[in-house]
Amino acid sequence: MRTEDLIASLTADAKRSARRPAPTILPAALAGTLLAVVVFAVLVGKIRPDIAGAVGEIRFLLKFAVTLSLAGAAYAVLRESAYPEGVHRRRLLVLAVPAVVVLSCVAFELAALPADAVTRSLVGSNSVACLVNVSLMGIGPLGLFVLALRRAAPAHPALSGIAAGLLAGAIAATVYAAYCPDDSPLFVATWYLLAIGGLAALGAATARVVARW
Amino acid sequence: MRDECELADLMTRALDGDERAYRAFLERVAGHVRALARWKLRLADPSDLEDIVQETILAIHAKRHTWRRDRPIGPWIGAIARHKMVDQMRRRGSRGTVDIDDVVDVLAAPSDDETCPRDLIDAALVSLPRGQRLVVSALTIEGRSIRETASRLGTTEVAVRVAFHRALARIRALVGGAS
Repeated sequence: MRTEDLIASLTADAKRSARRPAPTILPAALAGTLLAVVVFAVLVGKIRPDIAGAVGEIRFLLKFAVTLSLAGAAYAVLRESAYPEGVHRRRLLVLAVPAVVVLSCVAFELAALPADAVTRSLVGSNSVACLVNVSLMGIGPLGLFVLALRRAAPAHPALSGIAAGLLAGAIAATVYAAYCPDDSPLFVATWYLLAIGGLAALGAATARVVARW
Repeated sequence: MRDECELADLMTRALDGDERAYRAFLERVAGHVRALARWKLRLADPSDLEDIVQETILAIHAKRHTWRRDRPIGPWIGAIARHKMVDQMRRRGSRGTVDIDDVVDVLAAPSDDETCPRDLIDAALVSLPRGQRLVVSALTIEGRSIRETASRLGTTEVAVRVAFHRALARIRALVGGAS
């Protein structure tokens, strides 16, 4: 096929096919949050009975500092990376924000806790349930994000997939944190991040295949 | 950057439904990409060059909704062209770029016969990238229509046509080079 012929058929195709809207990361993020809440309602179905007291607890609030800062940073990277121009390397530094938050929380906890309480806080009372629930709640949103990436044009699908996994995991963790009885930053840094990391790996693997263009 | 402003203007009008603007836009982009690819990749074979040009404008067409009107269009076009060039190079790399002259003795003895030996065509078919092979076998062996093939492979009719055309060109090159 000569290039002129191709251009002619593409021009005709543009006329035929409906105009497509711009990539849809924001609606996907909102729908993903909703989905995570629904899955949470099905899987867990309740929030902590002591939530009113917990809201005044610094450790309880720090959980949200971790998950929300990660969600914000991952969203910024995901949205920017969905375009052919890609994310500017310096913009990736936004991911340092949640990293600093996590590390400060861990440092705070290690300083505050007596040595014999460290292991107990790390293991918590709920680690397997946390791992499973956060993963299960994150998979649906991750699927939505990867589909959104497929309609977009990510310069590096694997990088976008990682961002998608981080965002899905952070959303799931934020919702789950309202239930989870373990508040120690050591617990959060271990089990929450393990589940989120798994979703990020899954995101990278699927986006590489699904969002190729 | 006068040129870039004009391109952005053409694309804006094209996205709003102006067909002539879209055609002009694609023609100019094809020219730019051709120059860029020639300079970057130093391709000896003009048909390889045209492959990249066509791949790129197909991608630009398929992803035209990812251009943000408040962003400069040059970097957007450049990013897509680079994406496609890297892709092309990678595919070529993974296939190991076998020059037909290197294997011509193994493939077949010279034949006076006008028609091409069947096994040579089979060999050529096997050497096609998977997508092209699927298209060729759907269109020729299974006798399906272009529309059917496109929907079965989850792609567009234009893409099927392009793949088929490239496959034929490649087979022709292989078979022609050997006889």
